[in-house]
Amino acid sequence: MKNNEHRFITLERIIKNGVISFGRNIWIAIAAIAMMAITLTILLFAIVANATFDHTIDDITSHIDVSVYLKDEVTEQQRNDFIGQLREIDNVKDVEFISKEQALKTYRQQNAENQDLLAAISETDNPLPATVVIKPVNPNKLNSIKIFLDKAATKELQSDPTSYSGDRKAAIDKITSATRFFQQAGIVGIIVFIVISMLIIFNTIRMAIFNRRDELVIMRLLGATPGYIRGPFVVETMLYGAVAATISLIVVSSLFAIASSTLEASSLGLLDINYSSRFFKNNLWLILTTQITVGILIGAASSAFATRRYLKLHR
Amino acid sequence: MILLDRVTKTYSRRGPALDRISLHVEPKEFVLIVGPSGAGKSTLFKLLTREEKPTSGKIIVGGIDYDRLHDKDIPLLRRKIGVVFQDFKLLLNKTVGENVAFALEIAGIPTNEIKHTVPKVLDVVGLKGKDKNYPLELSGGERQRVAIARAIVRQPKILIADEPTGNLDPKHAWDVITVLEKINRFGTTVLLTTHNQEIVNKLRRRVVTINDGKIVSDRAAGQYRG
Repeated sequence: MKNNEHRFITLERIIKNGVISFGRNIWIAIAAIAMMAITLTILLFAIVANATFDHTIDDITSHIDVSVYLKDEVTEQQRNDFIGQLREIDNVKDVEFISKEQALKTYRQQNAENQDLLAAISETDNPLPATVVIKPVNPNKLNSIKIFLDKAATKELQSDPTSYSGDRKAAIDKITSATRFFQQAGIVGIIVFIVISMLIIFNTIRMAIFNRRDELVIMRLLGATPGYIRGPFVVETMLYGAVAATISLIVVSSLFAIASSTLEASSLGLLDINYSSRFFKNNLWLILTTQITVGILIGAASSAFATRRYLKLHR
Repeated sequence: MILLDRVTKTYSRRGPALDRISLHVEPKEFVLIVGPSGAGKSTLFKLLTREEKPTSGKIIVGGIDYDRLHDKDIPLLRRKIGVVFQDFKLLLNKTVGENVAFALEIAGIPTNEIKHTVPKVLDVVGLKGKDKNYPLELSGGERQRVAIARAIVRQPKILIADEPTGNLDPKHAWDVITVLEKINRFGTTVLLTTHNQEIVNKLRRRVVTINDGKIVSDRAAGQYRG
């Protein structure tokens, strides 16, 4: 009981001293918080940019599909069998059938303003083939689909060569290898950035503690335990982390608010600002808690580590 | 109360800072350790606070044998000895009251008791009403008295002071010495290192002279010519 009470008094004093010290060393605190806030802001931007980029890549790859053109004489039975077999292939996400009539309708809509093109095609003489559109799960691995489509039995049903072949195949390949590269580069970039941020924050706190090393040494000479000396510093730097994380969130969310209200053109090259803004809003609570937790943890870990060398009990 | 038996401390690449020193201090004694700069006074001080370990020899303070002391017990040892430094070593971000209270806080003394004790001790050292001031707002002599208040607030059996008057003018130096004598009268053993001749000669207490890391004389009511 006595022991628990003692622990409680100690904890209470550590927190109280940390908070008081935060207020009394406000200039060091401001400098460290500013540095941490800038770093966390850049990191947050990098994460949102990476998510946006992933979204753009998904968007591109979801438009990659394989079109199979069917001969006019293919019966409904043959067609359904063919579609059924396609659905069984692992890499097939979805199969869509576009009849000759639908193809014509789409064609007319797309060329509504070009009378010549419309006149060239009539309902009685519709040259457009019925099409089976295959959406792959992974557009980088079309081989299983290709093997199936190249079988003699399935070749029989097709009026024209499958549309992934030739130039379009090369384009698809280029896009998919580019997206792979960008996704990997994005992940590596984020990791490098996290490491750099940690180092910057750690060093900022180290400098702040270096400035006050005499305090640590004096406390040690008076017989304070290392935990009792370190505690208030850890509390203080946890406060740095929490404040810096909050500031960085305010900065980022106001920047998005300004960007989405002023930027008419919502897309900067590959980055869709509207999506970034949406991503940020949708994940706000997750980002908020993660950011503050990370801020607090980095603060605590850095000060716990940085005070170590001043807390050696003897030489 | 304090026992040193053939204590040697050698720093690498130099001769011994202390060479086979033996010293015995009785409870309630007031002992002056004198000698020129570099004689080994501060090394002796650091060995007693366990800032440093001796190269060889035995140290027993207040019944605690330093050879059997675990690292985790060092803070406890330091709380039992009151220490005063030449450069005061006050926490500049804390007020006078908080500096004194800190010594009690680390020992887990309840807050009510701290609030009750601190003003009394400040009164003993003549700093009544200065508890809200910060150390930098005080004179050198006042700062040293804050340090003494902090050292005695836990009522230690032993007080060791390393050149506490070194940075003070004669008047303030005497103020500090007067406070130390008062504490000694209350029953605390005081060990004081100094090279101030005037203080030594006026005090007429036991004087241990150290030179080149060796005790060269040990006299009751001794004199010192620096």
